[in-house]
Amino acid sequence: MPDLVILQDNSDGMKLLAAGNWTLENAADLSQQLNELEQRVAKSGAGPLIANITAIDQIDTSGAWLLVRLRKQLLARNSDLLIEGMTPDREILLDEVFESAAAVDAEPAASQRWHPMDFLGRTVASIGYDMSAKTNMLGRAISGLFTVLVSPRRLRIISIVHHLDQAGLRAVPIIALMSFVIGAIIAQQSAYQLRYFGAEVFTVDLVGILVLRELGVLLTAIMVAGRSGSAFTAEIGSMKMREEIDALRVIGMSTTDVLVLPRVLALVIAVPLLTVVANIFALLGGAMVSWVYADIPPIEFITRLREAVWLSTLLVGFIKAPFMALVIAVIACSEGFAVKGSAESLGRRTTASVVKAIFMVIVMDGLFAMFFAAIGY
Amino acid sequence: MAKEPIIFPSVKRGDVILQARGITVGFGDTLILEDLDIDLKAGEVLGVVGASGTGKSVLLRSIVGLLPRRSGIVKVYGQDYDSAEHAVQEAVDRRWGVLFQNGALFSALTVKQNVQVPMREHLRLPQDLMDELARIKIEMVGLPPDAADKFPAELSGGMIKRASLARALSLDPDIVFLDEPTSGLDPISAAEFDELLKKLCETLALSAFMVTHDLDSLYAACDRIAVIGNKKVMVEGGLPDMLAFDDPWVQDYFRGKRARRLNESLES
Repeated sequence: MPDLVILQDNSDGMKLLAAGNWTLENAADLSQQLNELEQRVAKSGAGPLIANITAIDQIDTSGAWLLVRLRKQLLARNSDLLIEGMTPDREILLDEVFESAAAVDAEPAASQRWHPMDFLGRTVASIGYDMSAKTNMLGRAISGLFTVLVSPRRLRIISIVHHLDQAGLRAVPIIALMSFVIGAIIAQQSAYQLRYFGAEVFTVDLVGILVLRELGVLLTAIMVAGRSGSAFTAEIGSMKMREEIDALRVIGMSTTDVLVLPRVLALVIAVPLLTVVANIFALLGGAMVSWVYADIPPIEFITRLREAVWLSTLLVGFIKAPFMALVIAVIACSEGFAVKGSAESLGRRTTASVVKAIFMVIVMDGLFAMFFAAIGY
Repeated sequence: MAKEPIIFPSVKRGDVILQARGITVGFGDTLILEDLDIDLKAGEVLGVVGASGTGKSVLLRSIVGLLPRRSGIVKVYGQDYDSAEHAVQEAVDRRWGVLFQNGALFSALTVKQNVQVPMREHLRLPQDLMDELARIKIEMVGLPPDAADKFPAELSGGMIKRASLARALSLDPDIVFLDEPTSGLDPISAAEFDELLKKLCETLALSAFMVTHDLDSLYAACDRIAVIGNKKVMVEGGLPDMLAFDDPWVQDYFRGKRARRLNESLES
């Protein structure tokens, strides 16, 4: 390949001989060579530089821009670049690029430099905004519930049934399997530890109380948050991106009625039911391991369970279920509405929805534990 | 760079740059295109028209390799694209750009970054040079300089089309494929877009394969027109050929009320 740039230093001034392909492939090299050349020309302090472009095979926008850039650099030093060997095609290209070159000097958008106070402020503001958005959504869901109580015709039964199917029925296998395994693991671990005290039979108490009071509902809620919470956010979010939400508003349909309420109601119904499934399968898993591993036959497991577990134990678990469902649905819907135009924002919101829902579910479980301890239930 | 870049012979204006022969595309039992031939010459704007559902977009997507063909070959610079080596295919990919119907800008990137995506992928350029080139492209397609740092969600429909064109032009391609570039634009923006395309074809020696519904575009920007129907190219040529062609749809399209108005205004 011939040299792209040759600088001739004649007695009557400097001359630039351009050759080869002034295209994007060579742009990086060319840019560097021209910058060095410009330094040399500047040092010599000679008059206008003449560039001969006759020997150039191909030139594209990048090559044209590099010529234009050189000219601008020289102009800034009270010199100039004169071009020899122009053809009509190249003249059009160079003129067009020269005209567009003003854009390069345009002020770039104020770059956001990272500053701790700026970051802190933004974080606090976004937390505040987030809390108000969630409260707002909770309010919408609850007021929606009341309007439905007043005028039941606004209730969208088909939509609720659809979401019950998606979030409830289709979650049964995975929740049953997960609970069975967790119940088995708890039974195995407690039997192993209690064996030291010769109190293996208390495995039943441990499994029964732990599963019914805490784990059944908690694991169900976490699974639902991951499964359905993410789906709700993604559904509403992509509707937002495609302006379907705006279309609903313009048609005069309430987004709360159409999108939020069916999802909230479906989860509030589904999560307690799924909790029943989770409880049953966790106890089954516990019973199986107790039998195989700790030699507690199923009959004895059931007898022992009836002594260990009160109705209140069961109820403590159940009372929490609809509240957790409400929290999951409200967070999921509110994150869905917060999606902006980009695909990235959809992904971020879906992640946030699941993380926040799981976190809030665990926090609520803790609050409920404190509450029930305080009232001695 | 490790390997020598593949450089295609430069083509003169009027040479056939892209040649499609015997294109057959179908979904399931239905054939959309059957044994279709079409050429694109260097430096021309080819307008592809046809009723909705005749497979204009399918043809475009099939040529650029997004849809599998049942049979047929596409030759670019005289090379069969499908049977070419991977390196050649990549080199061809660099020589064409596509403007999708809805822009298809990457929503997580700013306009400037969108324009730089092909450069980043195919070339190793210093960041400041990429910034400068991106800004020039953005200016060339007629976007205001402050659009460079905006995200696609912040742009209007016309700006998205322009930004998308800037991305398609990022590597200074020889061929651009445009899928209904003026649909959804107001007549003035659409006319501006036609002007722009015409101007870019002149300055950058572009060839354009434009699928369109827009009669104004056909009149203003296209050098040659191909009408797709009955799974084939029914007729191709200049406007007089269209007007002379005896087919109800073509007659309706080019001699309908709208067209007559345009014809009259052209004559006057």
